[in-house]
Amino acid sequence: MEHVVVPRSTYFAVYAALVVLTVLTTTVAFFDLGLANPIVALSIAVLKATLVVLFFMHLKYGTRLTWVVAGASVFWLGILLLLILSDYAARVPVTV
Amino acid sequence: MADIATAPPHDARLQHHFDDPEQQREAATLGMWVFLATELLFFGGLFAAYMIYRVWYPETFGDASRTLDITLGSVNTLVLITSSLTMAFAVRAASTGQRRQLLILLAVTMMLGLVFLGIKGVEYHQKFVEHHIPGFGFHFEGTAPERANLFFSLYFAMTGLHAAHMIIGLGLLTVMFVMAARGRFSVAWHTPVELSGLYWHFVDIIWIFLFPLLYLVDRHK
Repeated sequence: MEHVVVPRSTYFAVYAALVVLTVLTTTVAFFDLGLANPIVALSIAVLKATLVVLFFMHLKYGTRLTWVVAGASVFWLGILLLLILSDYAARVPVTV
Repeated sequence: MADIATAPPHDARLQHHFDDPEQQREAATLGMWVFLATELLFFGGLFAAYMIYRVWYPETFGDASRTLDITLGSVNTLVLITSSLTMAFAVRAASTGQRRQLLILLAVTMMLGLVFLGIKGVEYHQKFVEHHIPGFGFHFEGTAPERANLFFSLYFAMTGLHAAHMIIGLGLLTVMFVMAARGRFSVAWHTPVELSGLYWHFVDIIWIFLFPLLYLVDRHK
């Protein structure tokens, strides 16, 4: 990994985007979009997390091996969530 | 013995099993990312539990979510994002050798972290007053208190684990502050500041997901 010094303007731009997205996700939550509400909320969260990972955590300037580890962590989280979801989706509805 | 005299001069921070400082730094960074991968899956268990119960009880999760203070929640999100910005600048100051700036930025980052925990404390107190803490004396006004109990259990487990990480992060930054004050870091070697920064940003990312999942369920109702 090169010793990068990211320009201040990049950090400020990322910060501005994160603030705008926070205001946006909070505002959108007050409109009834049905099933789209959680989808929009999670999409915005993924976008915000991506900005933090790429720029604040310097993954954009990271080695290939760092990309593999970062990608693998998300992939494994995907296995955890998707396989559990598929299990419960295939069950008879439960009522407590 | 003779080797020592003829060995090329090198950075005192370079461990003997690395070829050069660059390789050492890459190894340390990679190690931190591997650790953060395990952390993601550590939180992953809670996210999985949350997912199942929200799919099962969407109505109650909305009812319970709306009892959380959205103003305090969103302000806290902004506080944490701002602390990530100051942390990024702190790492930048370390890599350009600006010690005074590094110290100021670390202090500001820690202050914002404390503000976050303070606001969280106010919110926990509200929940205590409202009897929304699961366990003895739990009371929920809605139609399905036993399901709301699940939401609040997840709320306290997830925000509690997150807060614990914040406290660990504050501890790390305190160590960084002391090391920086003692002049331990240089342009060539400031890896601990970088790795603490990675940890701090990771904790920020967890909150970026906790906020919509806990505070923004069915707000339009």
